[in-house]
Amino acid sequence: MTPDLDRRDRLALAWRDPPGWWGFLTTVDHKRIAARYIVTAVLLLFLAGLLALDMRWQLSWAENTRMGPQLYNESFSLHGSTMLFLVSVPAMEAMALWLVPLMLGQRNMAFPRLGAFSYWLYLGGVLTLWVAHALDVTPDLGWFEYPPLSGPTYAPGHRADIWAQMITFTEVAALCASVNVVATILKMRPPGMTLARMPVFLWAMLVASLMTILSMPAIMLVTSMLIADRLVSTHFFAPAAHGDVLLFQHLFWFFGHPEVYIIFIPATGFVSSIVETFARRRLFGHHVLVLAILAIGCLAFGLWVHHMFAVGLPRLGNDFYTAASMAIAVPAGLQIFCWIATIATGRTWLATPMLWVLGFVATFVLGGLSGVMTASAALDLQLTDSYFVVAHFHYVLVGGAMFPLFGAFCYWYPKATGRLMSERWGRVAFALIVGGFNLGFAPMHLLGLMGMPRRVYTYPAGMGWDALNQVATLGSAIAVAGGLVFVANALLSYSRGAPAGANPWGAPTLEWAGDSPSPPWNLAYTPVVDSLTPLWDSPVLRVMDGVALERREVVVTSVVDAAPLYRQKSASPSIWPFVAALAVTAMFLGSIFTPWAIAAGALPIAAALTGWFWPQRERATTGPLRVRS
Amino acid sequence: MKARLLAVCPLLHGCGGVQSALDPGGDQARALFSLFALMMWVSGVVYVVVAGALSWALWRAWRYRGADSRADGGMTLRIDRRLAQLLPLAAGAIILGLTVLITASFFADRALFATRASPALEVRVTGHQWWWRIQYRDPVSYGWVETANELHLPQGQTVRLVLGAADVIHSFWVPNVAGKLDMIPGRTNLLDVTARRLGWYRGQCAEFCGTQHAHMALAVKVESPAAFRAWLAAQRAPATPAAGRGAAVFQVACAACHAIRGAGAAGRAGPDLTHVAARRSLAAGTLTMTRGNLQGWIAQPQAIKPGTSMPQIPLTPADADAVATYLATLR
Amino acid sequence: MTPGGEPRAVEVVGDLSGLPASASGARHLVWWGNIGFMLIEGTGFALAAAAYLYLMTQQAPQWPPPGTRPPDLSWGVVFTLGLLLSELPNLWVRRRAFAKDPRGVRIGVAAMTVIGLLLLIPRGYELAHLNTRWDSDAYGSVVWMLMLLHTSHVVTDWGDTAVQAAWLFTHEIGDDQFADVEDNANYWTFVVLTWLPIGAIVYGLARLW
Repeated sequence: MTPDLDRRDRLALAWRDPPGWWGFLTTVDHKRIAARYIVTAVLLLFLAGLLALDMRWQLSWAENTRMGPQLYNESFSLHGSTMLFLVSVPAMEAMALWLVPLMLGQRNMAFPRLGAFSYWLYLGGVLTLWVAHALDVTPDLGWFEYPPLSGPTYAPGHRADIWAQMITFTEVAALCASVNVVATILKMRPPGMTLARMPVFLWAMLVASLMTILSMPAIMLVTSMLIADRLVSTHFFAPAAHGDVLLFQHLFWFFGHPEVYIIFIPATGFVSSIVETFARRRLFGHHVLVLAILAIGCLAFGLWVHHMFAVGLPRLGNDFYTAASMAIAVPAGLQIFCWIATIATGRTWLATPMLWVLGFVATFVLGGLSGVMTASAALDLQLTDSYFVVAHFHYVLVGGAMFPLFGAFCYWYPKATGRLMSERWGRVAFALIVGGFNLGFAPMHLLGLMGMPRRVYTYPAGMGWDALNQVATLGSAIAVAGGLVFVANALLSYSRGAPAGANPWGAPTLEWAGDSPSPPWNLAYTPVVDSLTPLWDSPVLRVMDGVALERREVVVTSVVDAAPLYRQKSASPSIWPFVAALAVTAMFLGSIFTPWAIAAGALPIAAALTGWFWPQRERATTGPLRVRS
Repeated sequence: MKARLLAVCPLLHGCGGVQSALDPGGDQARALFSLFALMMWVSGVVYVVVAGALSWALWRAWRYRGADSRADGGMTLRIDRRLAQLLPLAAGAIILGLTVLITASFFADRALFATRASPALEVRVTGHQWWWRIQYRDPVSYGWVETANELHLPQGQTVRLVLGAADVIHSFWVPNVAGKLDMIPGRTNLLDVTARRLGWYRGQCAEFCGTQHAHMALAVKVESPAAFRAWLAAQRAPATPAAGRGAAVFQVACAACHAIRGAGAAGRAGPDLTHVAARRSLAAGTLTMTRGNLQGWIAQPQAIKPGTSMPQIPLTPADADAVATYLATLR
Repeated sequence: MTPGGEPRAVEVVGDLSGLPASASGARHLVWWGNIGFMLIEGTGFALAAAAYLYLMTQQAPQWPPPGTRPPDLSWGVVFTLGLLLSELPNLWVRRRAFAKDPRGVRIGVAAMTVIGLLLLIPRGYELAHLNTRWDSDAYGSVVWMLMLLHTSHVVTDWGDTAVQAAWLFTHEIGDDQFADVEDNANYWTFVVLTWLPIGAIVYGLARLW
């Protein structure tokens, strides 16, 4: 819709950000915040990737001396922690933050300032970990630091505290983002978008956010317990004091398993959107796809013990978790069926986003199959803690989440920037990344079966592992080169890409209705929806008017039927999210050193939150404290 | 089946080896290998089906690329109705495949525990940072025969490993013989192993346990029951140490942490050295057992295995030489 | 013309300007944010309780460990009764907010501020009579964890209520602020309800196991 100039001007005035640095710190524009998330995540992806290349070089020859044990242990800890806590989940959150209002035809998220706060807190987590690395206090016990190794006796100093507190930052940020996404999807859908007419992408984000809400408290709790054991001498995990080492593992993996599905489910949303658009037909099996996402979301909470098959738990329990872990292949397999069916029966064209979908299917299915192997409690006793499981989880995380993410990036790039990425260089990047990844990680299955354990900084000569490690290194290097091509394409296309227009792919969903790049207010009217593919139904979009133009306002609708209920004031730019994040950061960092930081930190946080939530209204004219004129 | 699988790896120095799950030399490893082989077959079929379906989908897409409005209206409905009939078939195939695998997994699991009801030779293995304390339950005296870092197993007889940890979580893994099992402080885990093929194998700690996790390996020898009994008898006997400078230096500098039965050294913090020279390797598989390596290790443990629990003891070269000579006599 | 091109043309079929500018109860957007945070905190409580139960069953049958008395019942009873009674004025405030009664809401929120502060007194005595220290053993650690988890909720909700009271007395109260009072009252109900299983575990299981 190209609104008339008067409408545009009024919206621009109401929805503009303050200029310069102040605007940068106070913006609540979900698109700007999401862009920050993505830029930060991509930077960290490369940093973690460089760590990986370093480790791969070290492992390319037996008894190599490039890295000693301390540096290597820091590297794999930093690599894993960064990829899982600082890249994968935040990238998915960022895509939700950016896309959810656009796909709902809304002007912002339900809680705009909460979105800004999430980013600043995430950045706090990033800095906690990486500044610590610069100061040589890098965590060095892996990305899930089991006690007693991470307890006060065997991990003196503050490395483990840095790790635990970094997690606290990122989990609070993720929880805030998730509440934001759930409220927006449930209460701010356009009139007519009943739950039955909600695109699969939004279902995916809804389920992933609900899973976050229900699983992240576990890791918040367990890392706090670890810090308490280290800082104030509690004994949660100390067997000598009636504590239990396995309590950590249960609580950690109760979060840890849903975490990987929190990363995977949004990817299924990306794939569904891309397949529908490029097959140029409505998705086959919409209900199956939605039910599969719900099934995966629920099942994911009942699988965590499969990370503990070698711990020696009762066998009957292990058998149950084997069955449950394998069962998740049913909804996942049906999703693949629906996507392939859609591709087969449409008029599919293989633009770059669609290539990434193909790469996803080819790679993720392999990861799923190695997952079925590790799901067996018996066979896992050979596979876990070896390079086999390293191969497995990279296949599912890279193939199952990163490839769809790259595809999504290419797909929605025109909407974000108004330009198209180069198709040719996109294909080059695709080939290098997918080819390089498979070359790099396929040999690791064999290495694990040949007895190479994980997290070893070197291995003796004569094990027969050298050649496979070298192939793995070569493949990884190719993949990273492809990553550089991908990012270069994105950067150069920003200024040199072909202009994109509103809907370059001819897609059916609402985010493609307005200008590219989307103006700060997204759409000038409130769309009315009566199908899953509104932009394919008719050349003219049916809309409603009435949401204010002079002030920030959004329409709130009912949960199931999306019937309009009322108009909600939408937050304007504010410094309070940034200030609150600073206060929280101070408290979190302080509590690495002393428990009193919690008490001391509470006051600035309370002040910041008061400033944030203080309603701006007139002074009272009634009551004991009324204004007396 | 095993031969066919191994045939895949001729260029890769063979998948067999002394630390390989693909070359089972024990009952437990064999059960798991069979399960793995079944899973490889099923996985292969699944992948071929999925790749085939995707290729067919792409071929159709290419074939109908010029078609106009093909995906609109009634045609889509008819196609979708037929696809909807295929859906339960796909679900059924997946469920069938998984049922086969879950059942096979269950049976393999049972095989791993099949020996639990029968008595077996008990061996206590305790994980330390970064070495293995090994204590055989002496069937004769019911005492303990202690050694370190090298495990001997009688061929064809089940040995019940009682796994524990002294400090942090470790994991006992000898892939040729059996799957792994964690060694957890405050818990005792039992692992039954029944070795079948004679020879030397290598095991390695499989749970990250700190700085030198990479150098916590285990030498495992599977020998005939007679040879095993002879070995155990030799281990049970106290050392017959040669008196001299080496013994004296040892008593002062090393006995606080290391034990030598028969020489009055009773330290428990480090590995038992009563018959150290009879072992194949040193420092939990880090070095081969040679006179030179013994001396090098005694003189510079931190240089060889940085972060190891054994401190750098200030010894004159003469003293180090004497201690090494002394230890080399402890066969 | 490429499929990109111009933004989609529109046809206006309705007008939303007649919609109200606020709502109450579950119709209000912020209600859902509040529920989201209750879900997070509730899950945290449930997991902390699970940790207690796990440690208890792993250490069976000695729980609390030998030499440790269960927490003194009397202060727990005082606090629990006080907390349950506080729900009465709380529900009253909620109704006044629903009725958009400025005077009722001002008095009610002020009262809840005082009540919250008073409740911290028996809670303080509870903490002093748990008969174990957080650093004595895992039992002590997990008891203190449960108690501090709940106490932090009481304290933060009290803080919320106090600030809200100050604002209500000094400003004209709009529909959105009545909704805020409702949300705060709902959160107090959450604080009351979560105490029941936690209190039962801390005081009850130590005696019954």
